Order: sequence, then C-alpha cells, then structure tokens
Amino acid sequence: MTNVPDASRRNDAVAIQTENVCRHYQMGETLIRAVDGVSLTIKKGQFVALLGTSGSGKSSLLNLVAGLDRPTSGSVVVNGSDLAKFSREELAKYRLRTVGMVFQSFNLIPRMTLVENVELPMRFAEVDRKKREGLALKALERVGLSARLQHRPMELSGGEQQRAALARALINQPQLLLADEPTGNLDSRTGTEIMNFIREFNEALGMTVVMVTHERALAEGYAKRMLFLADGKLVDDQSDFSGAAEVVEEGRA
Amino acid sequence: MKIYDLTDLAFRNLRESLLRNSLTTLGISVGVASLVAMLSLGIGLQQLAAKRLQKSGLFDTVVVTSRRDLRSFSREQEMSGPAPAESPSLDETERQRIEQVPNVVEAFPDIRFITELRYEGKPHLTMVAGLPSSAKNNDAFDGMQGSFFSSDTTPEVIIQKSFAEELLGRRRKPGSEEVNVAEVAKPLLGKELVMRYAERIASPTSEAKDHAELQNPIESAVAYSVISHEQTLKIVGVSDLDPDSMRGAARARVFLPLKLAQNLHVMQPSDLRDTTRGFKSNPTYATLSVRVKSPRFVPEVEGAIKKMGFNTFSITDATRSLRQFFAVLDLFLGIFGSLALAVASIGIVNTLVMAILERRREIGIMKALGASDIEVKKLFFAEAGAMGVMGGAVGVTLGWLIGRAINLGTNVYLKRQSFPPAEIWFVPWWLVVGAIGFAIVVSLLSGLYPASRAARLDPVQALRYE
Repeated sequence: MTNVPDASRRNDAVAIQTENVCRHYQMGETLIRAVDGVSLTIKKGQFVALLGTSGSGKSSLLNLVAGLDRPTSGSVVVNGSDLAKFSREELAKYRLRTVGMVFQSFNLIPRMTLVENVELPMRFAEVDRKKREGLALKALERVGLSARLQHRPMELSGGEQQRAALARALINQPQLLLADEPTGNLDSRTGTEIMNFIREFNEALGMTVVMVTHERALAEGYAKRMLFLADGKLVDDQSDFSGAAEVVEEGRA
Repeated sequence: MKIYDLTDLAFRNLRESLLRNSLTTLGISVGVASLVAMLSLGIGLQQLAAKRLQKSGLFDTVVVTSRRDLRSFSREQEMSGPAPAESPSLDETERQRIEQVPNVVEAFPDIRFITELRYEGKPHLTMVAGLPSSAKNNDAFDGMQGSFFSSDTTPEVIIQKSFAEELLGRRRKPGSEEVNVAEVAKPLLGKELVMRYAERIASPTSEAKDHAELQNPIESAVAYSVISHEQTLKIVGVSDLDPDSMRGAARARVFLPLKLAQNLHVMQPSDLRDTTRGFKSNPTYATLSVRVKSPRFVPEVEGAIKKMGFNTFSITDATRSLRQFFAVLDLFLGIFGSLALAVASIGIVNTLVMAILERRREIGIMKALGASDIEVKKLFFAEAGAMGVMGGAVGVTLGWLIGRAINLGTNVYLKRQSFPPAEIWFVPWWLVVGAIGFAIVVSLLSGLYPASRAARLDPVQALRYE
C-alpha cells in the first residue's frame, strides 16, 4: 500500500492535484458527466470553496477527493499519491487517516451517543479503548459539547449535531477536511458558528479545507479561494474575490 | 477493528432490533434444541445398551468352541478355517495351549448343566455353572451377599437372587420393584441344597482299548456309564447379578466352584458327540472361556485362537455392530435435528439482509469514516456469530430440557407398562460444545452472503439512502 504520510513529506506544497479528472455515470441510455475533465491544484493549508449550482458536480468532485468514489478517467493525487491506483482497502485507510468529512445532514449514527459517534473512527483506527475515550471527550469539549456527551443525536439541535460531526471528522487528525454543504441544514447564526470552527481548524491546525457550498457569501467570508463548477467543468478559479462575482454569475446564466 | 470493538458493536446492533433478532435467535435455539434432544436420546439409548453389556463383564472374554460342534458364530467363520472333521477337539491339552497365547490371563472350561436342586425337600430345576476363583474380582459380583467360595473344591454354591426368591417361594411380577438382595440372602445363607446330577464314568473296557485307537478307530469306540449322584452343597453367597444380562455364565442361576464342577464329571452334551471319535482320557470341553488382560487385546487373542482351528466369539464383536447401528441412528437423528437448524439459518439470512437495508446509510457513514470492506463484513459476521452463540447456548439448554422431559415421559410410560425405569437420555459435554459450535458455524455460513453484500455497498450510494 502507498504510504500516505511519506508521500506528503515528498510534496509539501501541493495537497490535492487533479488531472483531467472525469466521473461519468450511465443512466439508461444517457451519459451523465458529473465531473468532466477538471484539473486543479490545491495547496496544503488552503481553505477552498467549491461553488456551483445544484448538479454542477461539486459534490461528485468532493467524493473523488474524499476517496469515496473513483474517477472514470484522469487522476486525483493527494499528498503525492494517485487515489485512482488505490485498492479498496487502501482507499479505506486513506479515508481513515487522511480525510475528515462533514456532511450537510450531519450523518451521526442515531443510536450512538455523541461520545460513541466521535469514538467510531478511532475504533476503525484501532486506538486503545482508554485512550480514545479521553480523546473523544477532548474533541467534544473543543466544540463546546462537554455537557452533551451521553446524548443521542436526535436529542440535539442541528448546530450541536454538526459540531459533534466536526469533532468526529477531526478525531484522527486528518490532513484534509472535506465539508459538503456543512451549513445547508442550519440557520445563519448556527451556520456562522460552524464556519468559525472550520476556519479555526484551518488556521490553527494548518488543515487543508475543501468546502462545497452554493452560498457565495459564505464562501467569500471564509474561503481563501473559490472554484466554480458548472456541468461538471471548472469554469472559474478565484483567489482575489474583488469584482469576480459578476463573471461567475454571467457564466452560470 | 479490535475483537472487543467488533463484539461490542455487534451486540449493540443486535440490541437495536431486539424483537426481530430475538426471534431469529429463538429460531436457531429451536434448531439446536431439536438436534441436542435427538442426539441426546440416541446417545442415551446407546449408553443404556452399552451399560448392560458392560455390566455383563464379558468385554475381556473370548468364548472358544470346537469347530466339530458345527455351530459357528458367523458365516465368515463357517467358510474359513479347517473342515470340522479335521479340526481339533477342545480338550485339556488345547486349553493349556490357549492359556499360553500372549495376553491371555486364563482359559477355563465353561461347565454348565441343567439339573435338579432340592431345598427343604422341594425340587427346583435350573442351570448350574462352574465359576473360576478369578470371578471373585469380577465386578458382576460386587453386590453379592455372603462370601465367595472358600476354596476351588469345597461343596459350596453361590445362587442368583431370582433363584433365591424361588427357593423362598416368592414370585415377582414382571416390572415390579426389584427385591433387595440382602433381604432374600438372610434366610438362605448357610443353608444346604442337595444337587442331583448325572456323572459320566468311563467303563473299564474303553480304557483298555485306548492304545488300539490309532489302528482301528471303530473298535476303539467308547463305552461309559452314566450314574445318578447326589451332592450336598452349602449356600455361601447370593448374587445380585441380573440373569437377563448377556453374561454367559450369568445365565446360570446357581454357581459351583469350577474345580468341583469338573471333578463331578457331569455328563456334558459334547461327551455324546465325542463318542464317535473314540475315548480319550483327556477330557474335552464344549466351551472354553478365555479371559484376556484387556478388552483391546481381544481381537488379537481371537485371531490367535482361530489360527489354532477353533471358533471364537467375543462381546467386542457384538458391540462393534451395536456401535455401527447407533452411529447410523445418531446420523439420522442428527440429520433430522439439523433440519430445524437449516430452516433457522434462512431466518438469519433474512434478518441480516433486512438489517443491511435498514442500516444502509450507517454502512455508508462507517465507510466514509474509514471502515474497510473487510471491517463491514466482519461486523455482520460478528452479528451472525453472536446470534449463533446465543442461539446455541439457549438451544442446548432447551434441548436438555426436552431430553429430560422425553426421558421422564418414557419412564412414566414404562412404569405404566410394568417395566423398570431406564435412563434413555444423556447429554455428553462434547454434544454441548459441538451443538454450540455447529450453531455458530451455521450462523456464520448464513451470514456469509449478507456480510459480503454489506461490504460491497458503494459508500456514495449508501450515504444518499434515506
């Protein structure tokens, strides 16, 4: 198996690099080009927002970077290793060690308490039982949930659930935090709260963040770079946000 | 994932759908219970039969007869070996030769005859047998009242319990409670019996002709007289031996010291046959009982004796076919018992497939968090295994109870039919371990398909599932 941390040391500057990556689905007789020849480079420690309308392919691209899906063609290189060449087992290990994911619908396991939910990735990483309990408590404390440890997800508000999901995503100290519409199910105040946490992790831990959103204002407020997707293609890449908004709007129209 | 975590998650998942998983586990339990109940009955019956055989004390004994009797113990024996007319007589010389065979403890003639015994003037007809002094250590005489013969030649007898009852004029209905041996022994020990028997005495003419035998066998034909005698015998012991057991000598109800029985020269059926062959001063025997050091030497000793030109029979032969019969019986009982388990295994497949459908999203989450296909597979395997363990344990208990109930019911029935009670059910430890193990194996096999189906789930699709 490819040793991911070693690879990261070899190529410090680039965290994610895609080369003409495609993800096509066959739906009956129609070919859906969810991701269609996207090439991009994301540097280590960058906070990148993937923007686009619904069905533009931003979540599909995120899934490819997350190792949840495989490209139809092209390559996705993370920390110097091409995910397309990974076996299923290697991809699972990659997701466990390198990636932390946050979803729009939180995706906490309903019958587990918050502590158990946060502990779950550590079970897969075979962290010692005593050690992982301490780590889980610390992580939940960091997102302000120390009073909710034994609560089940259904007993919590959306914001609290997303905070717990964040704690879970970070528990194995990943190098990439991938967030798929993390504020999509939250009110604006709670959304801001979550985004502040994400920014904190990006700045304090030097974690590379790729966030899928369709809220441009949110992306502008937190991300350092915005990538615009339409029909599976990368249509714009902005690092300097002033005056760029109009271009994108035209492109979408 | 560590085994502890795997087990913990498996049990947690099982607890979530408690009713459904309990019903599936109950299905396994019923399967295991039927298997255990069936096999415990098969084993119990086998043990019952084996115990009866063991009680007979004949496992270490080889019965030897002359081929001249024209009654072999099997067709195989009839076909092999020398022709009866050319085969040797079972006489004293041969007895001594047999005693020299390795691992033979002793070879003694089986002297038995039907005769009349008088007690307090009343005649009783029964089978009398000679008993070697070595029989003293036989566990068949464990429950005996009184003592064993004081010597090998003293005119003493040991009588069997049922004969003692007959002497006392008691009659027992079949199936009624067994009489305590001490109770019947008390009035009889030390009392005397008078035995009438037919003594065979060689007539002087035949002895004179003995030397001419080789020249003209017809002329050397035997002459002997049969004279009726009486012998007073003292009752020294009353044995608790079961007269219905397979023990050869035990079929007799009165036992004499072997040497005494030999010295009485009681007319034996084989004497009549040997008259055509000319008389020999060397006595011949109808049957020899050869005691072997251990039952495991029986086949070897039997082989050696067969080579000497005699027919042999041993209880090991009988147990071999008995074991074969019970092996087949147990196999069939096992197959029928397993049918329920096979049905239960379909229940496991169904439950786990349902669980996959319900937990599709959860599987997606686990995969997104870094669970590998193998870990997802292991988790479903662990759940199937856990159902197997619990179903097996409950099933064994249930089977044990069913076995007990059948045993109880049978005994009630036996009692009503005036038969003595019998233990027809037995659960050995290997059946307990084997049944639980079998339940786990069946459960794991049932989990094979659902587990690999869960492992194959595409995480992106699974995460979209609502």
